[in-house]
Amino acid sequence: MDYINIIILALFVNNVVLAQFLGICPFLGVSNKVETSLGMGAAVIFVMALANFVTYMVYFFILKPLHIEFMQTISFILVIAFLVQVVEIILKKAAPSLYQALGIYLPLITTNCAVLGIAILAVQKNYNMVMSVVYASAIAVGFTLALVLMAGIREQLENTGYPKGMKGFPISLITAGLLSLAFMGFAGLVK
Amino acid sequence: MKMSNIKHLINGLWKENPTLVLVLGTCPTLAVTTAAMNGLGMGAATTFVLVFSNLFIALLKNLIPDKVRIAAFVVIIASFVTIVDLVMKAFTPALYAALGVFIPLIVVNCIILGRAEAFAQKNKAIPAILDGIGMGIGFTLALTIMGSVRELLGNGSIFDIKLVSESTKTILIFILPPGAFFTYGYFIAIKNRLSANK
Amino acid sequence: MAKLESNLKNMVLSLVFISMGMSAALGYVYLLTKEPIEKANKEKEVSAVKMVLPAFDNDPVKEMKVIDGLTFYPATKGGQFIGCAVNTFTDKAFSGTFTLMVGFLPDGTINKSVVLDQKETPGLGTKMKEPKFYSQFENKKIEGELKVKKDGGEVDAISAATISSRAYCDALNKAYKLFMKEFAAKDKTVVADTAAAVQTNVTNN
Repeated sequence: MDYINIIILALFVNNVVLAQFLGICPFLGVSNKVETSLGMGAAVIFVMALANFVTYMVYFFILKPLHIEFMQTISFILVIAFLVQVVEIILKKAAPSLYQALGIYLPLITTNCAVLGIAILAVQKNYNMVMSVVYASAIAVGFTLALVLMAGIREQLENTGYPKGMKGFPISLITAGLLSLAFMGFAGLVK
Repeated sequence: MKMSNIKHLINGLWKENPTLVLVLGTCPTLAVTTAAMNGLGMGAATTFVLVFSNLFIALLKNLIPDKVRIAAFVVIIASFVTIVDLVMKAFTPALYAALGVFIPLIVVNCIILGRAEAFAQKNKAIPAILDGIGMGIGFTLALTIMGSVRELLGNGSIFDIKLVSESTKTILIFILPPGAFFTYGYFIAIKNRLSANK
Repeated sequence: MAKLESNLKNMVLSLVFISMGMSAALGYVYLLTKEPIEKANKEKEVSAVKMVLPAFDNDPVKEMKVIDGLTFYPATKGGQFIGCAVNTFTDKAFSGTFTLMVGFLPDGTINKSVVLDQKETPGLGTKMKEPKFYSQFENKKIEGELKVKKDGGEVDAISAATISSRAYCDALNKAYKLFMKEFAAKDKTVVADTAAAVQTNVTNN
């Protein structure tokens, strides 16, 4: 039950992009086409689950025993940056076809604040290791969902007329606001 | 002060305002502007990190080989973020609680790494500091004004000072997540319009 | 000074140098802020305890006991047990858990209650922080269970935020039940040995 709650909360109620405002940069930057959104989403799911696993290890087996929890930010960001590099190298060697699909999105993930943010939140929420990884995966799926929805709308927007001054970021933000409004309907889904 | 230095300082305020023109640091912009005070606090914290990381990177630039520069920048930025984190936890616990996870997330605020990469590593210490201050104030101003607008419309107050009577219904949506997107969208549109008129 | 070349030795040296320097600075700031942070945390606790209880002269934070996940701060004045603050929480809230501090008098009457930490919808659920809502619990003796009017109780719910109001009642009920079990019955007669009574209760549990 706990896991189902975590997943529903992460996917809909506290959607990482539309309610928690994490990962806005890639959300606005990569949501032009449904196809690229799916690629980006897949890469994020992969990296986030892995990042939460590793940062969990770092926090509870290195920082906590040494009583240097205040080094959390600096160690997490380095671990994540390092992880992305390693994943890139391994994918390139071991699964070239997957690398071709996801490769270009990987470097972008280091600057995705959702990865660091969710790693920190999972520690704050005192999740155990499995919960932490489940939480991260659900959050990342929520991210993908928001990204794909947004891309779908933006593909339609290209053929629609709207005031010239709203071109670019403004119209994207207003669209995101309407999506966010729709997602508010999920509030109260989990008691 | 030299003319060029003044230019570095005011560059970030309007012409290259990080929030409204470069559209960097969107996450904290949307998340913490539920109240004017939160916007101001977030802006101040970011400005501090921006100024010191710019200064250190400008000073240390010759000691950092090119290939590892991003890693070195991230270490420097993350350290200053942690310092802000600790200081705020100690002396402004209420504000710290309101800003939550977005304080450690200053690390991944693209404004800071962006200025390190685009400005600080190519310039001397003084212009780097001025650039940091200018960008920081530009960011802080945008956040504080957005926070004020959202707080006024959503809660009927600015900086916690109630401006409408208790019984007045406020437009709640503006302090909820959708309001963040709407306000930010219209802010950029207005800025674009004003700049286009010149 | 010319820029260092990107050879392995320089890269490693430069990164090590920067990391060492920054870590040293961090360690120093950590030591400087350690005490103020602890003080700030403790003050938050103490001020909340003070807010919900009548005047006391012991140090409830020192005597605090954790029972079934709730934290109890027994307060005495001149050795007399005058009440107990309880840090209680609920996970029935609208978004996530929220915690509040409630002060009970020895007979179980609520003295005052205050919200410590919440993530409710701004402008709706957050209204529980306003006196209009929380003052209705002051000097109230819980009979049976607190319920909002919608559920047949007597608590005025915040309009458009029934779930948050229910959650508030839930947290109070939870604290009340434990308080009555652990403190009230005994302390009407045994005023002085609160601490001892709590001690045995904890071991019994």
